[in-house]
Amino acid sequence: MSLVRLCLLMLLVLALAAIAAVALGETPLTWSQYVQALTQPGSPPGEVLWTIRAPRVAVAALVGAALGLAGATMQGLLRNPLADPGVLGVSAVSGLGAAIAISAGLAAIPGAIELSALVGALVAGGLVVTLAARFREPEVLILFGVALSAFGGALTALVFNLSPSPVATAEILAWLMGSVQNRDAMDALRALIPMAIGVALCLRAGDGLRMLTLGEEAARMSALPMARLRVYAVAGAALLTGAAVAAAGVIGFVGLAAPHLVRALVRDDPKRILWPSALAGALLLVVADLAARLIPTEQELKLGVVTALFGAPAFGLLAWRAARSWRS
Amino acid sequence: MSAIWTLDAVTARQGRKTVLEAASLRVVSGEVVGIVGPNGAGKTSLLRAGLGLLPLEAGQARLSGQPVTSLKPEARARLVGYLPQERRAAWNLPARMIAALGASDLSDTEADALARACLTRVGAGDLADRGVLDMSGGERARVLLARLLATRAPLLVADEPVAGLDPDAQLLTLDLLRAEAAGGAAVVVTLHDLGLAARACDRVVVVSQGRIVAEGAPREALSKDVLAQVFGLDGGLVETSAGLVLAARRV
Repeated sequence: MSLVRLCLLMLLVLALAAIAAVALGETPLTWSQYVQALTQPGSPPGEVLWTIRAPRVAVAALVGAALGLAGATMQGLLRNPLADPGVLGVSAVSGLGAAIAISAGLAAIPGAIELSALVGALVAGGLVVTLAARFREPEVLILFGVALSAFGGALTALVFNLSPSPVATAEILAWLMGSVQNRDAMDALRALIPMAIGVALCLRAGDGLRMLTLGEEAARMSALPMARLRVYAVAGAALLTGAAVAAAGVIGFVGLAAPHLVRALVRDDPKRILWPSALAGALLLVVADLAARLIPTEQELKLGVVTALFGAPAFGLLAWRAARSWRS
Repeated sequence: MSAIWTLDAVTARQGRKTVLEAASLRVVSGEVVGIVGPNGAGKTSLLRAGLGLLPLEAGQARLSGQPVTSLKPEARARLVGYLPQERRAAWNLPARMIAALGASDLSDTEADALARACLTRVGAGDLADRGVLDMSGGERARVLLARLLATRAPLLVADEPVAGLDPDAQLLTLDLLRAEAAGGAAVVVTLHDLGLAARACDRVVVVSQGRIVAEGAPREALSKDVLAQVFGLDGGLVETSAGLVLAARRV
């Protein structure tokens, strides 16, 4: 299947999922209410569909696409199918940024938490980019990412520890679990700008990711400006991850799983996998968010909880399969 | 004839260890140069230092007269194609895409056509659509050789291109590289098999403990003394109907 055809097909499936996600939800609507929502967007059913659900679905799709693309980029750069957007520590530091903003009582200012999360992501991303420019070995980046993640986690725990009120603590916790509840069109638009830059950077790095298939030395001797492309890949993935965390909190496993869903369809190609991974990530998150809304629980399930509940066993399965192929 | 690749008293370190000391080398178009030496002697370091992959402590490495470190990747890739010893592939790309990596300067369709042609030359034409991780080590080595040929560079540098291959595949690989040299390219290969080096190379460079200790036509470079001192072998090269072979036993 050609790449264009694959993407069009995935786009179609995503569109169907998005329609289902806008149409279905906690509040069931009758046929006449659907008709009313379509004809009179300002009516109460119209409000439910267009003001509550549609922006939420849009944010879920954007965040999923960003995580899917960031995951595929990191897997290509680190030549490791188990890498994900969080591997460089960007998610953890971005989460820390949000925690600090909430704890400082900035939640009332619209966009303040998001901005703080994005700043966290940029700080972490800057550190990682500096490091990636100096060291070429994937192992160095992964180890540094582990350290940065742990440090970000520790500082977040410190924020919890010093948090003045249990309300703020609960708020931070809820935010960190990841959700696209109560998002409006502004949230989607705000996420769009850093994401667009991230997408452009990751796509530019595509040829370099493919060249890395044969290892660092072969890539360095190729005609490609690898040093620059590596920085594009790291910066792009960091921006996408940061924007995703800013928009929806920390949502695990989508960035890991999305590339795996489409890898066989592009013959393992780290360049051609980029667009399909983004679409797969969007699809995964739209469906996961729909599941979070439809699963009947007292408290609505957090999106990050749903993806982790399904994603963690899937990760185990992947690791199992990878381990078997390493042994043979 | 002007040299395409020169190393001028090159010294290089890896960590704290000096892996190459005052090594000088001159390679011209049309010749096949074999670099031999015991394990850990510095054969790979010699190539890497000369290509700018290893920072130099002293000396200068030049490609077509220009310092290798001053060349942009694109200009460097036009001058030299490199086949590293490492044959691992991170992803299971089809062979034609791996071979096409050597021709990233061409459009996708041109690169694909060239990749297929190179795969056919190395006897792997029927593997074009097979994933490289689904292949045997020998098959993958052919695909990687096809990638090297696809670079069309005037200098081809191959690190252990025949390691682990069948005798037939070893000879095919060296025949193909000789054909490139006959077509005007300069070819530099590191080899472990001294007999094979003597037969396939116009010139042999012997590396020992980071130094070039002998250099010249195979019979000169691999003299009885060098064989004894560097390789611990008692014997010499013997002319046969199939070319030079090594007849030796351990000292």
